[in-house]
Amino acid sequence: MVETTLMSRDNILHRVRTALGRSAGQAPDEPPLPRIRIPEAGLEARIASLLRCVEALAGKAQRTSDPCSMVAAAIAGKTAVASNAPFLADCGIAGLPGVRSGITDRDELREACATADFGITSADYALADTGTLVMLASPQEARLVSLLPPAHIAVVPKDRILTGLDELFAVLPDPAAQTSSMVLITGPSRTADIEQILIRGVHGPGQITVLVV
Amino acid sequence: MSVEFDQKIHSTLADAGLQLAIYTATGRLKDKRIESVAPAMLPDYQELRTQANAVKKHAIENLDYYLEQFESHVEAHGGKVVYAKDATEVSDFVLSLARERGAHLIVKSKSMTTEEVDLNERLEHHGLEAVETDLGEYILQLACERPYHIVAPALHKTRYDVAEIFTRRLHVPNETVPEKQTAIARAVLREKFLAADIGISGANFLVADSGAVVIVENEGNARLTTSAPKIHIAVAGIEKVIPRAQDLATFLKLLARSATGQALSVYTSFLSGPRRSGEIDGPDEFYVVLLDNGRTKLLPDRGKRQSLYCIRCAACLNTCPVYRKIGGHSFPWVYSGPIGAIITPQFMGVSHEPGLPFASSLCGACAEVCPVKIDIPRILLDLRSDVKKAETREKQNRIEKLAFRGFAWLMTHPRIYEMAGRIAASMAPSADGDWIRAVPAPMDAAPVRAWLSQRDLPPPPSRSFREWWRRR
Amino acid sequence: MSNRVSLFVTCIVDQLFPKVGMAMTEVLERLGYQVDFPENQTCCGQPAFNSGYRAEARIVARHFLDTFAAAECIVVPSGSCASMVVHHFAELFHKDPATLARVHALETRVWEFSSFLTQVAGVEDVGARFEDIVTFHDGCHSLREMGIREAPRRLLAHVRGLELREMEPAEECCGFGGTFAVKFAELSGAMARTKVDAILRTGARSVVSLDPSCLMQIQGALSRAGSEVRTMHLAEVLASR
Repeated sequence: MVETTLMSRDNILHRVRTALGRSAGQAPDEPPLPRIRIPEAGLEARIASLLRCVEALAGKAQRTSDPCSMVAAAIAGKTAVASNAPFLADCGIAGLPGVRSGITDRDELREACATADFGITSADYALADTGTLVMLASPQEARLVSLLPPAHIAVVPKDRILTGLDELFAVLPDPAAQTSSMVLITGPSRTADIEQILIRGVHGPGQITVLVV
Repeated sequence: MSVEFDQKIHSTLADAGLQLAIYTATGRLKDKRIESVAPAMLPDYQELRTQANAVKKHAIENLDYYLEQFESHVEAHGGKVVYAKDATEVSDFVLSLARERGAHLIVKSKSMTTEEVDLNERLEHHGLEAVETDLGEYILQLACERPYHIVAPALHKTRYDVAEIFTRRLHVPNETVPEKQTAIARAVLREKFLAADIGISGANFLVADSGAVVIVENEGNARLTTSAPKIHIAVAGIEKVIPRAQDLATFLKLLARSATGQALSVYTSFLSGPRRSGEIDGPDEFYVVLLDNGRTKLLPDRGKRQSLYCIRCAACLNTCPVYRKIGGHSFPWVYSGPIGAIITPQFMGVSHEPGLPFASSLCGACAEVCPVKIDIPRILLDLRSDVKKAETREKQNRIEKLAFRGFAWLMTHPRIYEMAGRIAASMAPSADGDWIRAVPAPMDAAPVRAWLSQRDLPPPPSRSFREWWRRR
Repeated sequence: MSNRVSLFVTCIVDQLFPKVGMAMTEVLERLGYQVDFPENQTCCGQPAFNSGYRAEARIVARHFLDTFAAAECIVVPSGSCASMVVHHFAELFHKDPATLARVHALETRVWEFSSFLTQVAGVEDVGARFEDIVTFHDGCHSLREMGIREAPRRLLAHVRGLELREMEPAEECCGFGGTFAVKFAELSGAMARTKVDAILRTGARSVVSLDPSCLMQIQGALSRAGSEVRTMHLAEVLASR
């Protein structure tokens, strides 16, 4: 089994080289430079754009100086899993009634997320021009918190709001160095697979709330 | 063309309901795309296309280098790359891994590449349960059908079709409301995600400098497929490689807009390897299967090589007046529309479906919307020439060849061409300048009959232009 | 600038729609051009090229090169035929440097009719009058290969009495596609009918285009549908007084 794939590797690479007229170990041609164009946009403009775009995607978005109260109101009477982001603990969200946090065991986390009404996370970055949350998996932020529960609340520090994709890849040209998973989240889960009718909350959360602090 | 191709086209054209479904669905996607790339929305759209074309060209022309770079980065992050030359090697790999790990349940996110290699059938044949989790693909899996469209696989199904499929295969009461149908699928599939041993995905991009797999989706099923099970296998064609993570700033801006008119799809995952130490969830094992399956055959020809730039957005399908009439199932392979028309003959040989490169009016709308600027009409013309060369070698279609030889001869003998024109004009019925509905027997050759089956013919003028010119 | 132009009327105009050639001649002469018609001309070879018969297309293309060797400026009442010469002759002769040089010398001398008027003659008002509600069909080769969209519209804007209504959807293929129209007749017919629907929705009484082949397809479908809507080549509208 291992042998066949090694043969296939050599075989395929050999075919590629022959077709291209290249030899093993040959350096590549000069690549075109990556196209990174970062627009000028002040903080207020970025915040406004982020909020507007999230709302346009049928998400909820708000700027607040008291995220803890807002989250408390949003999840009142329901259950939530909060990620282990220190930020969430610092502002008291992790300690709210109904919120489970501090889970480090994979199975326990999955179980909690599968039954919780809300998943609460921070975000590493947000992209103003598309209303996107950028989440890197880490010991603080597990993947499933923003995925399994039917509603997702993300608390985003305003200085993490970038103008867009170009700026993201300018500040983070090598995401793989940091994490096994970077996810860009733009609005609630959706499909139009049946008669092109838009339906939200297919597998991922159908409700998304972005709180900018 | 083959009888099969002809019949499939005919039956699709004859199905009024299907015609409406295809035309409306593609029309919606087409309009959304146009809106999202308008100058007010994306002012640098044309520059992005130029950049995307240049990056893909570079990546393909140095493909071996980037494949090796990709592989070394995947391994540096704890993953493994497996090269598969064909469908059998893909399924052999998955089966042997499943056996070794005692895996039985596999969840799959949408991947045309796995359709291409019939992976599900092969896995099920060996007793594994492989469940499609994209809603459209799940519906089709239950219906035992192939996707109808690269991005919107169940485009041809109505809610009543879906209700019937769910009732028959899931044994649930008849439900025709799409929101409720989606909820049914969500509940069934959620259990599968959480119980699955292996998650198999495709990849929109393979990022060489990161050893990362990029997956673009709207539902969340790809995230679940690649995050819940302990093993993640990504299956992707070798041509999916792009050099740098930074190139995603170009490609991601083009992909969702070209596909559905969204600025970005709901979820874009950038996955490099199994979970890192300290990360709470994510797979323990990460494999990328790099598939050839004939892609290396498309590399030698510089012109046709562009076919490998495709990022599978389906913009060409949505804009193609032919696809919008004949739909995805008329095409002989899993890839349909203009991109399908150019890659199928290259993978399968031109004789697989010799009519395919001709099933186009060469209107060029596809090339105009392709985000990576593949010159599809030009490749279609090259393939047409390839078909005719093959037919000449096989001594097929001799009458047509003779006819075109005759055409060339006629067109290089102006006096005889003129005489032929006069003869034809005298034979045609004249009906006071009205267009003609029927012709007398000597004129009733197959092409004339074919024309008349759909529209009227122009009446012969009283004299040709050159006759008029001579007399003035 | 010389005022001599040579006509390449195309085989379809010569044999089926001579009025188009006559109208084009009239407009050019009205503008002060001396028009000649190299009599050896026949076809640009596109039917063979599009059908995959490149050797045969080359034979016809060579004949074209010979016929027009001395022509300074060639005007063509068809975007698709002009495009064949300007964009595809080079592909036919890419292995024949001597002929390829002749092709390149020719490429800048071949003009689709509406482009000739606006870019070479530098006119938009040719003194035409045509009282009718018209819609304009952009032939795919004219539009996408030759990049012609504005020129015919500017010319039509100056036609007295003419009201132009744009089709919706615009820029969709009429379904002709050369031999496609007979090889895939049913499909071609379906595309034609979709085009006819769009035309009828405008309420226009005439459809104007730059391409006789599109006009043949569209008129053939209109006639089969029993419609009174007629098709006209731009030249015929511009020749109208």
